[in-house]
Amino acid sequence: MDILANLALGFGVAFTPINLGYAFLGSLVGTLIGVLPGIGPVATIAMLLPITYGLPTVTALIMLAGIYYGASYGGSTTAILVNLPGEMSSVITVIDGHQMARQGRAGAALCIAALGSFFAGTVATTVIAAFAPPLAEVALKFDAAEYFALMVLGLVSAIALAQGSVLKAVLMAILGLLFGIIGTDVNTGTSRFAFNIPELIDGIGFVAMTMGLFAFAEIATNLEKTEGRHVMTAKIDSLWITWKEFKQSFGAILRGSAIGSLLGILPGGGATLSSFASYTVEKKISSDPSRFGKGAIEGVAGPEAANNAGAQTSFIPMLTLGIPSNAVMALMVGALIIHDIQPGPQIMTKTPELFWGLIASMWIGNVMLVILNLPLIGLWVKLLSVPYRLLYPMIVLCCTIGAYSANNNMFDVGVAIAFGIAGYVFVKLGCEPAPFLLGYILGPMLEENLRRALVLSRGDYSVFVTRPISVVMLAIAAVLLVVTVLPAVRKTRDTVFQED
Amino acid sequence: MQLMRNPKDMLAGLMFIAFGMASLVISQDYTLGTAARMGPGYFPRLLGILLVAGGALQVLLSLRVNAEVERPAWHWRPLLIVLVGVAAFMGLAPHLGVILAGFVLVFIASFASAEFRWKEALISGAVQGVAAVLVFIYGLGMPLPVWPIFIGGGQ
Repeated sequence: MDILANLALGFGVAFTPINLGYAFLGSLVGTLIGVLPGIGPVATIAMLLPITYGLPTVTALIMLAGIYYGASYGGSTTAILVNLPGEMSSVITVIDGHQMARQGRAGAALCIAALGSFFAGTVATTVIAAFAPPLAEVALKFDAAEYFALMVLGLVSAIALAQGSVLKAVLMAILGLLFGIIGTDVNTGTSRFAFNIPELIDGIGFVAMTMGLFAFAEIATNLEKTEGRHVMTAKIDSLWITWKEFKQSFGAILRGSAIGSLLGILPGGGATLSSFASYTVEKKISSDPSRFGKGAIEGVAGPEAANNAGAQTSFIPMLTLGIPSNAVMALMVGALIIHDIQPGPQIMTKTPELFWGLIASMWIGNVMLVILNLPLIGLWVKLLSVPYRLLYPMIVLCCTIGAYSANNNMFDVGVAIAFGIAGYVFVKLGCEPAPFLLGYILGPMLEENLRRALVLSRGDYSVFVTRPISVVMLAIAAVLLVVTVLPAVRKTRDTVFQED
Repeated sequence: MQLMRNPKDMLAGLMFIAFGMASLVISQDYTLGTAARMGPGYFPRLLGILLVAGGALQVLLSLRVNAEVERPAWHWRPLLIVLVGVAAFMGLAPHLGVILAGFVLVFIASFASAEFRWKEALISGAVQGVAAVLVFIYGLGMPLPVWPIFIGGGQ
């Protein structure tokens, strides 16, 4: 069995003390920022990226991945206890999770969220182990035209899932592409948009840009909401669930894992979308839909399983195709590039220990999260009572130092300031920064593949529609874009995202 | 103000047009090339055209009679205070060291909250300046001075 041999290799890598330690650290930090509303995984991963420079690549990725799935774990704790989503991915858990807490079943809700997430994590790990290798094999046959089409598809998916205006999302992605190509053009050596500033020769600092766009702008928008965060924490009696609750949630966890694993693979998918989809399904197939919103345990179990599964399988397109499917994966690609590893299908063949070590560590990280979180809930609750006015200056300081330490250069702090202003303007004008970030990451790759495809076809643009794989992907992208603009779909899309 | 039914969308459109135009103007200096042999100017110009066209479409959409009325609600104060704090750190850290620069950043940034308290901000600034030094300079070896360089820096 190939899969078993591969997983054995992976567990061999993941079980070294250093990798176990960093998986633990990542999950812990992830849970911490997941519990705290107002700072997300994107800003945190960007902040910690420079710290990972000195680590081996696999260790760095293990820690960063731990932050991502740890955050979706921590987010649900806040959702259940405080009636506030700690993260976007736990928005839906608030509905029934907090109702359960009010009925004195906070412990049961936390328990089922943790168990559901763990089960889903196991399923997702298996899905990755089974499906990533064949996908990478297909991808190895890709030529420039296919890569170009694939990236367009990735961008369009991110656009389809962005909130608000589709046109704005498209333009933000294009703007991101433009910012991505700042610096030296690899083919000709021409320096583009660098204005003779030496720090811009290698492009705009990725870490600094993310700090500004996500952390600074987010803090500023949080500070506008004048009402203080009053933490009213529900009491936790016991963490045990009843047999009846177990039976009710079992099916939901199974379905949530399946939904999450599937939606996570789609470009643009991931944790948030999966949890929404799972909740909708559970409500639809329930024999008594009126229980939802009043503390139905399926409404916690399903989405929590789905968001964890989705968080994990969203690694598949990044690891096999080199295409990030969301902002966190864009950061992972950034981390790989910093470590001199070209993201793409060759990762699996050239550095199997990296690929399988990361996969195995995700499962280990899930075990750690269950063991870690249930006993530590008391600590997280205490943490939630720290007022935001004390918290945000600390985040600002960490981000500032993080931006500096990316290149040990104060220029990057200036970049972060500039993008803080830009990010704030974007938010105020209803333009989402996520497609921008994806465009920024894909910019150089997209241009390179467009160039190569057209060199091979001697300038004939029809190459993209005469090659079968390329035309299928572009057609899917076109259909997706058209469908997103249709009024009926727009309406449901808006209601789906209305919650936040 | 019938013309400005949706200033939010209109401003967004104008912003995209501005970025597109900037790209078109600046990339004039770069060789265009042909589709088969693209020069460094080909892709930026393509993106510039798309941005200008899309931005123009956005402006037109915002002018529709039935456009939703949406105004961006600007609250610059918190953002600017926080960023002034960051800028202060940027200017001070290489000379005054991270303890003082960190203190200044936290203290200034604390003003951005509506619930600002003097004593709290002073204490939290001092604690975080020291913590930043312990974690980032002693822990991670970041090359910045701890104390002002004119009294030795102390790294």
